Amino acid sequence: MSLDVNTIFQIAGIGIIVAMIQTVLKQMGKDDWAQWVTLIGFVVILYMAATMIDNLFERIKNVFLFM
Amino acid sequence: MDILQIAGLGLAATFLVLVLKENNPVFALLVTLVSGVVIFLMLVDQIRLVLDMLRKMAESAHVNGVYVATILKIIGIAYISEFGAQMARDAGQGSLAGKIELAGKIAILVMAIPILTAIVETVMHLLPEVGGV
Repeated sequence: MSLDVNTIFQIAGIGIIVAMIQTVLKQMGKDDWAQWVTLIGFVVILYMAATMIDNLFERIKNVFLFM
Repeated sequence: MDILQIAGLGLAATFLVLVLKENNPVFALLVTLVSGVVIFLMLVDQIRLVLDMLRKMAESAHVNGVYVATILKIIGIAYISEFGAQMARDAGQGSLAGKIELAGKIAILVMAIPILTAIVETVMHLLPEVGGV
């Protein structure tokens, strides 16, 4: 269960770091790179979130749908 | 499940969302989503206990197992569709949330068809004769 809780902080941390990198890259004038960094961070986090949602739906299926 | 744990987790997630919302709202939304998933995962074991009790009571009351299974399925569909709809609404997609809720309602209605049919048949049996005396 603590693994799941860690995911929240991981996502928030990645979000903050990505925002920092984005700011720095924009200051350096590399806007396209900033865009790519955001996109890759988003994909990584989306994968984590999708795994967790899959886990949740499986649990709900086990509890409710199949006796 | 510990209520203090869940409340603290919710508050921490709320502050993280506040921080993230300014820079990239997508990440803020994902934090909301994942914290919702985590809270629900914490609750699922407790819900299982309640449902086991319900099932046992129904068994000792000799209720037809099909009806209990249908009711549990309906509760599950309600939870899932509510979860999806709330997430969509958090993302600002109110109309999409409405569609998810509509789909959940229709799924529940389809699940309830056997029960409704049984009720109608029972009532028809109770009536002496349709169109009769």
